[in-house]
Parts: sequence; structure tokens; C-alpha cells
Amino acid sequence: MTSVPTNPLALIAELTHRCPLHCVYCSNPLELQNRANELTTEIWSRIFKEAAEMGVLQADLTGGEPLARSDILELVRSARAAGLYVNLITSGMPLDEARLAKLIEAGLDHLQLSFQGATEEIAAEISGTKSHPQKLRVLDWLKQVRVAVTLNFVIHRKNIDQIQQMLALAESSSATRVEFANVQYYGWAFANRERLLPTRAQLDRSIETLKSAQERLRGKIRIEYVVPDYYAKFPKPCMGGWGRKLMLITPTGEALPCHAAQIIPGMKFENVKDRSLREIWETSVAFQKFRGEDWMQEPCKTCDRREQDFGGCRCQALLLAGDASATDPVCSLAPTRAKVDAILEAANKPSAPELSLSAPDWLYRPNPA
Amino acid sequence: MPERALRLNGPSLEIVERCDGKHTVQQIVSELQQIYSKAEPKKVESDILDYLARLHDQRALDFDAQV
Repeated sequence: MTSVPTNPLALIAELTHRCPLHCVYCSNPLELQNRANELTTEIWSRIFKEAAEMGVLQADLTGGEPLARSDILELVRSARAAGLYVNLITSGMPLDEARLAKLIEAGLDHLQLSFQGATEEIAAEISGTKSHPQKLRVLDWLKQVRVAVTLNFVIHRKNIDQIQQMLALAESSSATRVEFANVQYYGWAFANRERLLPTRAQLDRSIETLKSAQERLRGKIRIEYVVPDYYAKFPKPCMGGWGRKLMLITPTGEALPCHAAQIIPGMKFENVKDRSLREIWETSVAFQKFRGEDWMQEPCKTCDRREQDFGGCRCQALLLAGDASATDPVCSLAPTRAKVDAILEAANKPSAPELSLSAPDWLYRPNPA
Repeated sequence: MPERALRLNGPSLEIVERCDGKHTVQQIVSELQQIYSKAEPKKVESDILDYLARLHDQRALDFDAQV
């Protein structure tokens, strides 16, 4: 038997796959859904109610670009009315001062603004479009309103040396929280991994910079740092454990235990149009698949850390070890760790992709119709 | 708090319930000292100040200067 699930704490609502940016590390699946297949306002409102009733505390409205939804104010309002803490994860592109004011009036608690770099040049290369100047305007508008702000810098080989400038940008803003999130290698990022994976020297420098910034900014800005797990000794507790804390709803209503779960062969995901959130959480095959410990192989099965990291990430196990039930290959105890080491060795060779802005050969994420 | 939740019970709940933009720190301290009248008042005060400082460091709350 698998363990009895506790309630999820957060609902990740991927409202749409439409997005004005084309980031080379996008966490959306390679197969993007178009507007015609998106859930209606009414269904999302029902989902928020059901989520709150089963004990969910927070709604993370994300995408794609959630502001691409013309009903975003109604969605914020209904999530708030359900009693959820409402977090908008946005590129800031389709925003102006008036729309920001309306979002806050509708009940937005927290806004997370993404940045692709500290300079216009790198941001344009990564997002495949001119985006940085608009983000700087959004930062100015955010100073005038009462909403909690997080800045999110997605970190990789091309921008990891800009962390000082990113910190300066954060300090000049109204943000009380800053995430420096190294790229996680799934989907689009997996396809672009060679160009994104930082060197060990870069990583060590960034950790040093951020440690001292954490001290210096204590009480002013909370700094969170996600290291690239390829460099870690033990895997991350992906999603806080499969089916333990988080539930993700795709733009078309599929309920997933994580962003990338659809890549796992043989999995069938239930749709919120057919069943209630609670039923899906408690009884669906997909949410039970890697819940608890019964599915684990050695060395996880008897490992002292199995309740800390839950065997790591299932999608990474599939991508690197070819088996979603295997120990996450980034784990130093995994029989397949050599594959990760080989990837790191290539990334740390002097002949590895140059840190230049010229001639990139990126796979950009398109915007679905 | 974004991407975090506080598990509150007993005194921590009573403190956070009073972090409403209206109570002063002094008011929170005196009200809790009344609720926990059997505890040493100084200890109640220092526990509250520690707890509020911790929440402030996590950027879960701000102190407004009294006008």
C-alpha cells in the first residue's frame, strides 16, 4: 500500500502556454497547447474552490504568461474569494500601470517577476525577444503599489557571472525576496543543456557571492538560491516528494504531480474536467505512482535519506537513467552517477561552449496560437 | 508568504494573529503577558521579540515606525 496522502499546500495553475517570451529553458513541455484547448474561467474558479476546500493554501498563477489570459482579473478574484493566497508568476510583458492596479484591487497578494539577466543584451538572447526594458518599467510601477514582490533570476552559464548586477537591481527595487534559480534540465532546458550548464568555477563563485549577500541583506531581502543539481552530492526532494505537497494543473486541465511528468511513458493523467481535485489527489494512479516508498529501487529503498529527498526527481531518472523508478542519477550513491559526471566533465572542458554572446545555436520555445 | 507556510499553534498563533498593522509590539507583549500570566513576563517579552525578529528576517512581516 502507498501512504495516505496529506493535503497539497499549493496549486500550480498553468493558465496558458501562450507567452511573449521564448526562453531557451522554459519549463513548459515541448508539445505546447494552444488557446482553443484552454480551460474556461468557470472551470478554473471551480478548481480554486475545490483546492481551498481540500486544504490548499496558495495558488500560483503561471503559464506561459498568465497575463495572456484576458480573464486574469476574474481568475485572481475567484482564487482570492476561495481563500487562497494568490501569487502571479509573470514576465511582466503584458503589464501596464493600470492593469497592475486592477490586479491588486482584485486581490493579488504576491507578484513574482522573472528576469533573464541583468543586462538587455543577455536577456534578449535568452528570451528571444526584447524584454528587459519593460521589466525595468514594471519594477518602477511595483514601488508605487502595495503587493509583495519576488524577483526571479533564472541562472545558467551565460548569466551566472552577472549575479552582482542582479543583486544591485534587486536592491533598487521593492522586492523583499529574490530567487536565484539555476536552470533545471527538463524539456527546453534539456535540449539546450550544453549551452546552459555552468562550470564548477562559475558555480563556486556564485555561491560565495550569494552567501555574503545573504548576510549583508538580512532583514531587507530574503535570498533563495537553487543550485544546479548536476553538481550536488544528493538529489533535490523534487516537488517536496511526488504527490505530497504540490499539484499542477495544465492549461487543458490535466492534473500533474510535477511540471515534466508527462514525459514519463505509460502514465495516464486525469483531467479536472472529469473528476474532482480531491479524487485525483487521493486515488488517481498517477499521483500514487511514486508516492511513498514502495516503488523505490536500491540504493533508495534502504537509504537513510529516503524520507528527505524521496529518491530525487523521477523525470530526471527517466531522462538520464532511462528509468523513472531509478535513483535520481545526480545522487552520488546512484549506479548511474557516471552519466552525470560525464556531462559535467564536458561542461568543464576548456573547449566547452564559449561564454560569448555570438552565434548561439539555441532551440527557442515558440508561442502557441 | 510566497512558497512557504507557517505552522502556527499556541503562542505563535496568538502573536501572528495580532500582527495586523494595528497592534504595536508593546500591545502584543502586554496582551500575551496577560494570556500567559503564569509565565515570567520578561521571558514572554523576549520570546515574542525573538519570534518577531525571526519572521522579519524571513521577510514575513515588517515593522512600521510609530507615528
